[in-house]
Amino acid sequence: MEEKMNLAPDAFEPVSKKDELDDEKIVAPSRTFVQDAWRRLKQNKASFIALWILAIIFVVAFTSPITASHPNESNPNYANLPPKIPGVNINGLNGTSVVAGKRVDAYKQNHVPSKVHYTLGTDYLGRSLAQRILRGTLVSLLIGLFATLIDLIVGVGYGIVSAWKGGITDIVMQRIIEVISSVPNIVIMVLFMLVLKGGMLPIILAIAFNGWTTMARLTRAQTLQLKSQEYVLAARTLGESTFKIAIKHLLPNLSSVIIIQTMFTIPSAIFFEAFLSYIGIGIQAPTASLGTLISDGQKNFQFLPYQMWYPAIVLSVIMIAFNILADGLRDAFDPRTARR
Amino acid sequence: MAKYLLKRIFYLFLTLFLIASITFFLMKLMPGTPLNNQAKLSPQQIKIIYEHYGLNKPVWQQYISYIVDAAHGNFGLSYQFSDQPVSYLISSRIGPSLQLGAQAIIVGVFFGIIVGSLSAIRKNTWIDGASTFISILGISIPSFVLAILLQYYLGLKLQWFPIADWGGFSYTVLPTLALAASPFAETSRFVRTEMVDVLGSDYIELAKAKGLSRTGIVWHHALRNSLIPLVTVIGPLAAAIMTGSMVVENIFSVPGIGEQFVKSILVNDYPTIMGVTMLYSALLCAILLLTDIVYGIIDPRIRISGNEG
Repeated sequence: MEEKMNLAPDAFEPVSKKDELDDEKIVAPSRTFVQDAWRRLKQNKASFIALWILAIIFVVAFTSPITASHPNESNPNYANLPPKIPGVNINGLNGTSVVAGKRVDAYKQNHVPSKVHYTLGTDYLGRSLAQRILRGTLVSLLIGLFATLIDLIVGVGYGIVSAWKGGITDIVMQRIIEVISSVPNIVIMVLFMLVLKGGMLPIILAIAFNGWTTMARLTRAQTLQLKSQEYVLAARTLGESTFKIAIKHLLPNLSSVIIIQTMFTIPSAIFFEAFLSYIGIGIQAPTASLGTLISDGQKNFQFLPYQMWYPAIVLSVIMIAFNILADGLRDAFDPRTARR
Repeated sequence: MAKYLLKRIFYLFLTLFLIASITFFLMKLMPGTPLNNQAKLSPQQIKIIYEHYGLNKPVWQQYISYIVDAAHGNFGLSYQFSDQPVSYLISSRIGPSLQLGAQAIIVGVFFGIIVGSLSAIRKNTWIDGASTFISILGISIPSFVLAILLQYYLGLKLQWFPIADWGGFSYTVLPTLALAASPFAETSRFVRTEMVDVLGSDYIELAKAKGLSRTGIVWHHALRNSLIPLVTVIGPLAAAIMTGSMVVENIFSVPGIGEQFVKSILVNDYPTIMGVTMLYSALLCAILLLTDIVYGIIDPRIRISGNEG
């Protein structure tokens, strides 16, 4: 029952003046805003995994012009070959497919030389699906990134100007946004695509055209708050030009809102690209994008399911990773929401 | 309130007028004519056809008559679909689309509320994790991929529901599910955030201190207050469903507006495209106005600020 503490006699000696704690000293390292956000992001496992997945997808997609140099090379003799990875004997990856209830070696039937194999199979023109998916991913990512970039520049600029000028300028600019956002996105995009015809640039413009309004609204709301802050007032009093105030004082304080919104815009841009290409007014043949690949694959889904599964999985993984990362970034940049 | 309403209705019509004008001039800019084989026709025949579609008049006259007709709900004759009036083409197809859209919103929002509030009540447990993951899936997987998978596995393989076409209620199940995914995901994420916020507020603390039961707190205090802001997302959800319906109706061969729109786009049937554009915009404008009014009624704080603005 009895508890004995073994305390040496010197534990009772007073602490010398020299060893006294400096309670004014800040022990924790001082971190910048970005370092702090990065630290919080790393704690969120799901977001961190999503970040790595995206990094891998980006590297693979952006090196695809070298690794997948012939996405449009068709070979009618090798049309609709199922996936085959040499040495792997799992149904679905060994070059066999089910014809009339029987599993047959499609490569043998088509007299494909034993050297030739397609990791993800071929499409109806005998083009390598793996190469097309790689290049398609690149096209989809590029469209998503550029549309978001335009979005960012136009939206942030518009929002800052609208909030900074105020008065009648603000009212007119907000009415314009209201008109644009009361038309369904898809209608605006379809009209754009009809006038400009298919291709990468029109798609980027169409997606950017109705994406920027959300960014502009958020930037405006935030700028209105910042406008009355003392440091902005100080800068104005000291005669700093409006442009410099926007760059030096407003933008850094807007950055978290902008980054979070950007991360939500990229997946939605990728989705709309796939959507437009899927209904046939986006990317035009023979260029591949994830949307056109899904649309092509869907036609044969019952018999050659791999032709739709692979591009659909890639598209879904990209979307999921971006959305999880965006959620994580929102929590990282805005600790208020994270701690809830 | 009345002044605010009048102002909003004025802006609604201004918006629709602008959209009608912009689409009209965009379509006039487009190359091509309604004639497929213009080279084979004699000038006389071309003249007759142009008169039939009202294309012989100068552009400004066409514009005025287009706006006047559009205000009466008349959008001219379709170039492609057996020369039917666009308004007839649309009105005969509006039923299925509205039914699917309404069903999808109801199903999506209903299950979204359940999953979202469960996830907020059981915050940071596996229930929360699982429902967050399901919502991410719902937002991330495109409706057309989901529709094809549903059609193949539930329709063709398991034969639970008809694969396509339009008949009784069973025909609406798969397209409704495909459309409901995104409203479901958006709602559950939204409700979760709101509910977590509300559950941390002072009046919930008070209710706990009073000794109310857990279900009582959630049911009477938390749920009601976290659902009010949900009204504001109905507009964006409706827009998302319009987008989704274009592919989902196509995949399930539902004779609806979305399917007609895609068909018209692919054959450059301008009058129909303009008609559907106007219909979609008018619908969204009306929904946005309605949700604002409803929100003002159920949350008096908004009504006051609405008057000021």
